[in-house]
Amino acid sequence: MTPPARQRLRTFVATVEDVPGVLNRVASLFRRRGYNIVSLTVGQSEVAGLSRLTVVVGADDATAARLEANLWKLVDLVEVVELDADQAVERDLALIKVKASAATRAQVVQAAQLFDARIVDVAPDALIVEITSTRDRVDGLRRVLEPFGIVEIVRTGAIAMPKADTLTHSQKPATAAGA
Amino acid sequence: MTPASASAATPSPQPLRRTGAEIIWEVLEQEGVEVVFGYPGGAIMPAYDALPKYRVRHVLVRHEQGAAHMADGYARASGKVGVAVATSGPGATNLVTGIATAMLDSVPVVFITGQVSSHLIGTDAFQETDVTGVTLPITKHNWLVTRAEDVGPTLREAFHVARSGRPGPVLVDITKDAQQGSCSFDPDDRSFARTPHGRPPRATSLDALERAAVLIDGAERPVILAGHGIVQAGASAELLAFVEKTGIPVACTLLGLGGFPATHPRALGMMGMHGEAWVNRAIQEADLLIALGMRFDDRVTGNLKTYARRARKIHVDLDPSELGKNVPADVGIVDDVKHFLQTITPRVRASDRAPWLARIDTEKGDVAVRDIQSLPDGGKLYAAHVIHDLWRLTDGKALVVTDVGQHQMWEAQYYKHDHARGLVTSGGLGTMGFALPAAIGARMARPDSEVWVVAGDGGFQMTACELSTCAQDGVKVNVAIINNGYLGMVRQWQEMFYGGRYVATPMRSPDFVKLAEAHGLTGLRVTKRSEVAAAVEAARRDPGTVVIDFRVEQEDSVYPMVPTGADLHDMIRRPVGSTPPPGGSPLAETGADPDDQELPK
Repeated sequence: MTPPARQRLRTFVATVEDVPGVLNRVASLFRRRGYNIVSLTVGQSEVAGLSRLTVVVGADDATAARLEANLWKLVDLVEVVELDADQAVERDLALIKVKASAATRAQVVQAAQLFDARIVDVAPDALIVEITSTRDRVDGLRRVLEPFGIVEIVRTGAIAMPKADTLTHSQKPATAAGA
Repeated sequence: MTPASASAATPSPQPLRRTGAEIIWEVLEQEGVEVVFGYPGGAIMPAYDALPKYRVRHVLVRHEQGAAHMADGYARASGKVGVAVATSGPGATNLVTGIATAMLDSVPVVFITGQVSSHLIGTDAFQETDVTGVTLPITKHNWLVTRAEDVGPTLREAFHVARSGRPGPVLVDITKDAQQGSCSFDPDDRSFARTPHGRPPRATSLDALERAAVLIDGAERPVILAGHGIVQAGASAELLAFVEKTGIPVACTLLGLGGFPATHPRALGMMGMHGEAWVNRAIQEADLLIALGMRFDDRVTGNLKTYARRARKIHVDLDPSELGKNVPADVGIVDDVKHFLQTITPRVRASDRAPWLARIDTEKGDVAVRDIQSLPDGGKLYAAHVIHDLWRLTDGKALVVTDVGQHQMWEAQYYKHDHARGLVTSGGLGTMGFALPAAIGARMARPDSEVWVVAGDGGFQMTACELSTCAQDGVKVNVAIINNGYLGMVRQWQEMFYGGRYVATPMRSPDFVKLAEAHGLTGLRVTKRSEVAAAVEAARRDPGTVVIDFRVEQEDSVYPMVPTGADLHDMIRRPVGSTPPPGGSPLAETGADPDDQELPK
């Protein structure tokens, strides 16, 4: 979806306690405050007992500041940072099932190769393409494959982290809660 | 104190053991809790069974909503954390309105609910409800506890979360097997289940303080907007010192009333939808608003597009998510308002702001001829006169607990609160039925205070069952029912915005005098202003709860009124020289639902 004019996509990375209901609390906050959520992913972090969330939202500056402030109010939240796109690596994984007959298969495979995507399953009349890339490139592959007939798409939503060279000045390794 | 005290002198070879049920009360005693409000049931019975061993007093309510409001009223009146207890399922869901009430007004309350045993969770067991799920968006935080050893650390953390930062309600849901199970218990342990995090505190930058001071010193028409934060931070003395130095007049939100003395020459009164005309006009003319512990609610601002357009805004709040939420701040400061006032006062110039105060005085204009206090009663009884007389007769010192509706606004306009925590009212959620139970909690918190309930006939009936609690527990409150035979505020909107079609607002009530008597309490009826003083004095003398049925004029309206979404200076005024009912709406029928007019974002 395209966010309204004054909004832009922003990526927040939050470290939260890995306790029951924590994803519910974050999702509930976004829902009840009416934030325009694009994707939300969660998984284990490098520290036992802590999970890391990546949230992409469409928001203007003021909304983003309030969103961050509201996230800080969650008792289960350890830390949240908004990532600057230039200072972060962001990846989205998609599986795209696309129609491919004997006549079109070579064209589909070629299109996938242009995007550094892989063919992970092949059937007589369709195949599955896996792509791990930026959101824009995933969208690009989708557009290229659309003329062949897309059957199904699954996407993870973005995961992100600050670039390695930001470690020295902005990021220190997380520690376990209360340690 | 507890069964453990005897062993304190000599080190015990065996660690103490306690059941989860006992640990609940142990922790409540540690936290200084004197009284809890509750209602037993299957899943909380182990906790109740352990209660007699402890000093905590339990007040049995008639409906769990009452327990929630009592704990809330206790907290608002005292500044301490209130506690309410209920069983699982319907007991817990009956708390929900009270939890939301506390959430919207940032009141610290710990709710403790029983839950079905852990092995039954998720099976739709008898009286099972996902209470942590239900209350997730209306608590600061909540916890499900399934093991006895987690009860103590979780409850301690719950009290910490409720009272720290911007206060608010929390809920601890404790399974029956966690109450029944036992574990070792160290009475000196004060640890939490884990360390609560929260944004690292940041000191206010000197730059922000300097910019605030420059704006204040340079302002010709400044107004202070004092909110609930002043009351909660205990910042009344600091606000007074700031005002006496700077001469800046103070407008209060509904929940800010009493945070600054209403009879002080710099006190303007209440702002917003039913604020006095000169208060709202002063805000609209101001060149600087200093917002202290308030959140620019839509009832306060009216149309945001035209709200205080000439004014710069300094917004101070403990909660960073409030800054810029509704009104952009030129200087936004995240701080406790007490600390902010202590810091800013030495940095600003002394001034008397005489021209600005004179200008505000001219805004008062024809107020005297419109104010119902100046109008003859013609032998009838008007709610605003009752409130005014109550203020006089109680010397302005009563702790008044109001319900929600017209009487609430008349109380806010005509009972001049000079002290913080002198008014307890549901502002954010606007919960009818709040007053009587909240007053019971307030009286328990401050047994030496004279407590008055001011309620409408509609709201009173929502929780009137708690009269029985007053009788059983010997709680003395005085109840003034402003009885106009209508759901008055809705009727007023129907008169003004819905063509006078009084749909579902005429209300028949029981005989409130007999209702009081049926509870073994005193009931009185007043139909003329000349009877008000005698009834109020009789109530004050009575050792028990007294209910006074004030049969007031039926179709009076609260003025001024800013229709929802209208400009703040666009007020409907009481027609000049008119004693109510004015005989027809002063506003042409709009045909539109004012709440449909969405506030601009």
